[in-house]
Amino acid sequence: MSDVETLLELRRVNKRFASTDRREDIVVLKDIDFSLHPGEIVAILGRSGCGKSTLLRIICGLTPASDGQVLYRNQPVSRPVAGISMVFQTFGLFPWLTVLENVELGLEAQGVPATERRQKTLAAIDMIGLDGFESAYPKELSGGMRQRVGFARALVVNPDVLLMDEAFSALDVPTSETLRGDLLDLWLERQIPTRAILMVSHSIEETLMIADRVVILDSNPGRVKAELPITLKHPRDHTAPVFQRLVERVYEIMTVEAGEQWASGIGHRLPSAQVAQLLGVLDEISHPTHVGHVELPALADALKLKVDDLFPILEALQLLDFAQVAGGDIRLTPHGQAFLDADIQRRKVIFGEHLLKRVPLAGHICRVIDERPNQRAPESRFLRELEDYLSEDEAERVLQVIIDWGRYAELFAYDYDAGMFSAENPGEEGAES
Amino acid sequence: MRHSPVSPTLLTGPLSLNRWDILLLPLVFGGLFLLAWGSRQMAAPYEFGEALPISLDPASLPGYALRTVLRMGIALVCSLLFTFVYAKAAVSNRRAEQVLIPLLDILQSVPILGFLSITVLWFVHLFPGRLLGLECAAIFAIFTSQAWNMAFSFYYSLRMLPKDLGQVANLFQLSAWQRFWKLEVPYAMPSLVWNAMMSVSGGWFFVVASEAITVSEKSISLPGIGSYIAVAIERRDLAAVGYAILAMLTVILITDQLLFRPLVAWADRFKFEFAASQEVPRSWFLELLRRSRLLRLVMTLPVLLWNRVRPLVPQRQTFRLPLPKLRYWRRADPWLDSLQIALLSGAAVTSIVLLARFVLTEASGAEIAQVFLLGSYTLTRVIILTALASLIWVPIGVWIGLRPRLAQRVQPLALFLSAFPANLLFPVVVSFIAAHRLNPEIWLSPLMILGTQWYILFNVIAGAAALPNDLREAVANLGLRGLLLWRRVLLPAVFPSFLTGGLTASGGAWNASVVAEVASWGTTTLTASGIGAYIAQQTVQGDHPRVALGIAVMSLYVVLFNRLFWKRLYTFAQRRLALD
Repeated sequence: MSDVETLLELRRVNKRFASTDRREDIVVLKDIDFSLHPGEIVAILGRSGCGKSTLLRIICGLTPASDGQVLYRNQPVSRPVAGISMVFQTFGLFPWLTVLENVELGLEAQGVPATERRQKTLAAIDMIGLDGFESAYPKELSGGMRQRVGFARALVVNPDVLLMDEAFSALDVPTSETLRGDLLDLWLERQIPTRAILMVSHSIEETLMIADRVVILDSNPGRVKAELPITLKHPRDHTAPVFQRLVERVYEIMTVEAGEQWASGIGHRLPSAQVAQLLGVLDEISHPTHVGHVELPALADALKLKVDDLFPILEALQLLDFAQVAGGDIRLTPHGQAFLDADIQRRKVIFGEHLLKRVPLAGHICRVIDERPNQRAPESRFLRELEDYLSEDEAERVLQVIIDWGRYAELFAYDYDAGMFSAENPGEEGAES
Repeated sequence: MRHSPVSPTLLTGPLSLNRWDILLLPLVFGGLFLLAWGSRQMAAPYEFGEALPISLDPASLPGYALRTVLRMGIALVCSLLFTFVYAKAAVSNRRAEQVLIPLLDILQSVPILGFLSITVLWFVHLFPGRLLGLECAAIFAIFTSQAWNMAFSFYYSLRMLPKDLGQVANLFQLSAWQRFWKLEVPYAMPSLVWNAMMSVSGGWFFVVASEAITVSEKSISLPGIGSYIAVAIERRDLAAVGYAILAMLTVILITDQLLFRPLVAWADRFKFEFAASQEVPRSWFLELLRRSRLLRLVMTLPVLLWNRVRPLVPQRQTFRLPLPKLRYWRRADPWLDSLQIALLSGAAVTSIVLLARFVLTEASGAEIAQVFLLGSYTLTRVIILTALASLIWVPIGVWIGLRPRLAQRVQPLALFLSAFPANLLFPVVVSFIAAHRLNPEIWLSPLMILGTQWYILFNVIAGAAALPNDLREAVANLGLRGLLLWRRVLLPAVFPSFLTGGLTASGGAWNASVVAEVASWGTTTLTASGIGAYIAQQTVQGDHPRVALGIAVMSLYVVLFNRLFWKRLYTFAQRRLALD
């Protein structure tokens, strides 16, 4: 293949964060090996929290890797380099600079003389379709136009490699489709000098519409799980059966780790899913038109859920033994059916039983509260325990999930002001007029 | 659509003046002339101790006003430079931050007279035979009433810098210089302008103290509005006090229109928001500047010049600061941490010993205890007055804040009132107390809160105005009224901004006690016992050890009071009542 030239090469890249306790570090990215060749668009897909945005930041030199190397044209990247440019999910525009000044920024930093700078900037603005908006401030523009400014700013410095960090996910569907189409046209017609594009996305369909190769990342820790070449010709039709089969294949790969249904211990990374979302998905599966099971793409489509939202829900359903995922299909378990059929009060009871049985952290909290003479325990106690296994932010997130679930199941009460877990429900003692 | 002031198309336009230029030209040239005249006066020859005659003739007031404004302007520029350097240093170095930020907190609590009495002699020796030394001392005193809160505001802005913009700046490899001017300063601009306005108000409040300097029993009055007021009070000239008020009003109005209003309108573009807001602050003067063709032409000159010079300057790689050398000092090394703590504690102990020895040359242990007692009197006053001011201004502020059009008019008014020096009320207060034989211990106190109560008012107004519309609609929908409405909605909603106001007000009241606990009108001098009066009296007598003692004790009170009371409430409010 094109081993002759490699633009970017990642060699066993690792990213770890020191845990607050002196136990072992928390591994976010593990042994990422991967290369980017001229002329290809590669997409990195993964669940939220698999470290894909961190990976992009390591590649462009914003964040250092803990181990391993990123090579750009055979030179190690340790700080931002001129040939790699990025488009941000939140646009990253300076609100006090006009469109022109925003786009010009990179050239100005390179010390390009004013006349040449102006000429290049105007050309980039022209190309990306921002003509006439040169003197507008970002706040005067719609989201789509703002991201066009983001693209113009990234492209005006003539990068070899363009990185896109969820570049379309802050936009509504039609806007993101238009912008994506325009970018693809520029790329296919070779109107931009960019030699390769590396994108991070959580939309499977978006990824398959443009990428030549998909790299799927596993989570906890993030590592390359599979690489999938996409050989479909452009323009691609997302309704075509070949395309649909690809979508299903990607879903299948991403749900392979279903084997791990039991929470591993109190440090298990509980997925961020709300009870109402779980019920919504269960409800959809049990819909009579599906005969007991649904294909994941269809489910995502019916509920208008992005991958980032869907996968935590699936994980939670499996964790609590309400549903099973296999081969890109999801079906209800008998428990799931019972949970769905119950009334509001009964649901809480079933949910609580499953929580205690299958989520060690829930049982642990209940036990600690029980053992205390005043039946209260501070959240800091549990946070500290979680931080043995998880990063500080992650520990807080997991505790948030268990608080939400535990409150729903009425296993324990939690007082936000005091940061205190307690056995009894407030209401009697804390009642106010 | 707005255009940036520097745009290349300007150069291709006709070179004729437009009507805005005709309006603007006299203003600009007049300003330049006044600046030149004022600075020449400042550098006049002078021997220390020589009395400077101050005339109460209203005709000399414009000249005095100009010189006062010039001092404030120079102090403001210095404050700005200080702010940039200090806050930037605090943000970019963790070790520096651990020292600089608490230090700022303490500096803020030292009253202006303290700085003045200690530095004036040093400044005078710096420029022997010239008035410049005294001018510098006065400017430094004004600087100390302006710089701290500006530095704080800039520091907080730098800490809150949006993460993605920081990454963009890194990714595109902006140099430290470019990053500072393209990202950091613009982001901090709105709150910096706001704080500069508050600072200038603070400077006016202490205008008398900074110009009519009494050191080592020599009183020197630098020509200016402050000295004019001081002399008018000394001679019981009510008409002159009236003229002074009028002159101050005019000057504040002019600076508001020509400087602050345009700045606020201009800084609006730096607000970090992506939704176009309906109410945009406007300024006729800024529009004049923007429409003036000549001025825009002049503004493009530096850019053109820079582009000429730039190729001659060596490439930017050579501009990099030798940062790697500093890196070692930045490391999170426990050994370095302990070294820093050891150095600091050593310095602290040495300072305490030196200060104690200095103070004990004059004052006995019993006197030190006495000063602490005086501090507690002032503390009582500050607490009672802040509480009273809150009781009055919180309901009024909420009422105004809920009416946006009214709020827009009242806010500048409150800012003006906060600039009103307490000394101007001496005639009224002193005569009143003397005539009715009232107890000065109680009746002088209100002067302390006079200038700073307004901070409570306009912070509460801002808090109430920021109440989200959907919340207000929900309140109306639920039919909440009366006490329940205040207890459940309005008071919690304005509480965080009230705290900001209350903190500023009580801190200001401490500083104001120096001018408010001793009030005189002609030969009548009333004194309330408190630490402010103590510092003021010792300054007049030139008793440096006692001044140092007074200042140290007051700073201690202020810092402790802020830490133990305001900061705690603040943390509570942030956790409980943040509206987002």
